Amino acid sequence: MKLITVAGPPSSGKTSVIINVIEHLKLRGLNAGVVKFDCLTSFDQERYSENHIPVEVGFSGKVCPDHFFISNIEEALMWGRGSEFDLLISESAGLCNRCSPHIKDILSICVIDNLSGVNTPRKIGPMLKFADIVVVTKGDIVSQAEREVFKFNIRQVNGKARIISVNGITGQGTFMLSKHFENALDIDTLNDMRLRFTTPASICSYCTGETRIGPAYQMGMMKKMEFKK
Amino acid sequence: MKTKKELIRTETIDEIIENYPIAKDFFMNINLTDLPKNKTLEEALMTVSDVYFEEFGMERHWILYQFALFLDTFDQSSETVSGIDSITICGGHDKSGNPENIDLVISKGEIISIVGPTGSGKSRLLGDIECVAQNDTPTGRTILINGEIVSDDERFETEGKLVAQLSQNMNFVMDLSVKEFLEMHARSRFTKDPSVITTCFECANDLAGEKFSFHTKLTQLSGGQSRALMIADTAFMSTSPIVLIDEIENAGIDRKRAIKLLARNEKITLISTHDPLLALSADKRIVIKNGGIHKVITTTDIEKESLYSVEKLDQTLLTLRNQLRNGQLIYPIG
Ligand SMILES: Nc1nc2c(ncn2[C@@H]2O[C@H](COP(=O)(O)OP(=O)(O)OP(=O)(O)O)[C@@H](O)[C@H]2O)c(=O)[nH]1
Ligand SMILES: [Mg+2]
Repeated sequence: MKLITVAGPPSSGKTSVIINVIEHLKLRGLNAGVVKFDCLTSFDQERYSENHIPVEVGFSGKVCPDHFFISNIEEALMWGRGSEFDLLISESAGLCNRCSPHIKDILSICVIDNLSGVNTPRKIGPMLKFADIVVVTKGDIVSQAEREVFKFNIRQVNGKARIISVNGITGQGTFMLSKHFENALDIDTLNDMRLRFTTPASICSYCTGETRIGPAYQMGMMKKMEFKK
Repeated sequence: MKTKKELIRTETIDEIIENYPIAKDFFMNINLTDLPKNKTLEEALMTVSDVYFEEFGMERHWILYQFALFLDTFDQSSETVSGIDSITICGGHDKSGNPENIDLVISKGEIISIVGPTGSGKSRLLGDIECVAQNDTPTGRTILINGEIVSDDERFETEGKLVAQLSQNMNFVMDLSVKEFLEMHARSRFTKDPSVITTCFECANDLAGEKFSFHTKLTQLSGGQSRALMIADTAFMSTSPIVLIDEIENAGIDRKRAIKLLARNEKITLISTHDPLLALSADKRIVIKNGGIHKVITTTDIEKESLYSVEKLDQTLLTLRNQLRNGQLIYPIG
């Protein structure tokens, strides 16, 4: 089975893109399922189900979403193999710019949208930097020139990725993207494979439920800002 | 020529920035703007504390490698596809499976309009062109470039660089003045000749009915002014050899001149439209029906003659619009 990780900021168009890609894959007789990793809530399961795409959803709740992802992805893979999918696609919302679920050798996709601001690609971090393919959505509502500048800014942080413009609503552009999905690596297990980037470290009192403010309650790994006089 | 690796090893950051101004951006992107620039990057990185590298998940040699990659990326203008003189649309079939039976060659400088009811399959045709379909999309069409079949590798390579698109729904969303915007676009295109900015600006002003200045904010432009700027920008700055225009009839610009401008700049221009003025200005028109190409009509001489009356009608409407705008009374026409 092939695994593809799809990540991107909230509402960037991940679900729309995945649904359109799966349409193309179905036409070629391929069977795909989706596992969605989110933080508190998600409306995606209904959309996948409406499109007859098998889906499982997991919520990280109070745990760092990246840590949650990496500690559950192998089980997700087992679910996918048990369901006899040809492809398993993971969708995860990058909730902080430090997030990145990408795994070495596994086709890694980052979805961002043209409306998020021209300099956004330069701020997103590893989720974009380490992606094999960057999918850019919502080009239908901005000018060609802005799309070109946006692309240029993606190149600035990731010179190697393929950049594919997709219209998440009409599906334009997803045909070529589906070819990349089809060519992704086949794997049986993720055991012993590696993340492309370290996950954010967080082992402090606030991670374990502390809500009070002040130095007396701050324990574990803390990071302090330095303010100028 | 030195390789980028050698360049980085032997030259100071200042020297590199001198030759590659874009290099500055690299240091902004990795949040290292106050490196000592009179040293080589390797030396400069020795002045940065280990804490930084841990914190941002980077290592010194990784930054060196990334910097070489960055300079390489922006050295070859990899966003450009050149040498496309024609495309050929080889027929597939419509929604019911009836064959299209056409082989339409479109050369650069040609204008083709696409007509047909909404939902008839115009966007599928545009999609086929964009991905250079090879009898593998639902329409079964094949698109040839310079008369030749295109491999998957070449398709991946040209992806997103072939086609510039312009439609009624597109707006400017950047918070920049017209001048800042054109400069930014020129920079991202590594345009060497700064006069292109003025050319774009003047041409856009020519196409738009109402004038705007270099200092006007993009978001304050009227619909017509935005469209005019988009067209001028596409004609002079975009490198995509194919331009797809989707319904610009109500844009309030000189449409005929706009498409002539694109054609003059050696673009292959396709316009999806129901506007008689635009459709008749094209060399040919593709009629779409039931998801397929129903036929291709070459604009006849008689049609070209009637274009003259269409232009007069259009002019009359424009005059009326301007009279309304200026608070004048409208008198019986003709
Ligand atoms: N105009 C336009 N809208 C789009 C495009 N792609 C997605 N959208 C819209 O953007 C909204 C968000 O899309 P989703 O696919 O749900 O985004 P997502 O990234 O899966 O969102 P979360 O999973 O909630 O983080 C929806 O209303 C889509 O219809 C596009 O290319 N153009
Ligand atoms: Mg989603």
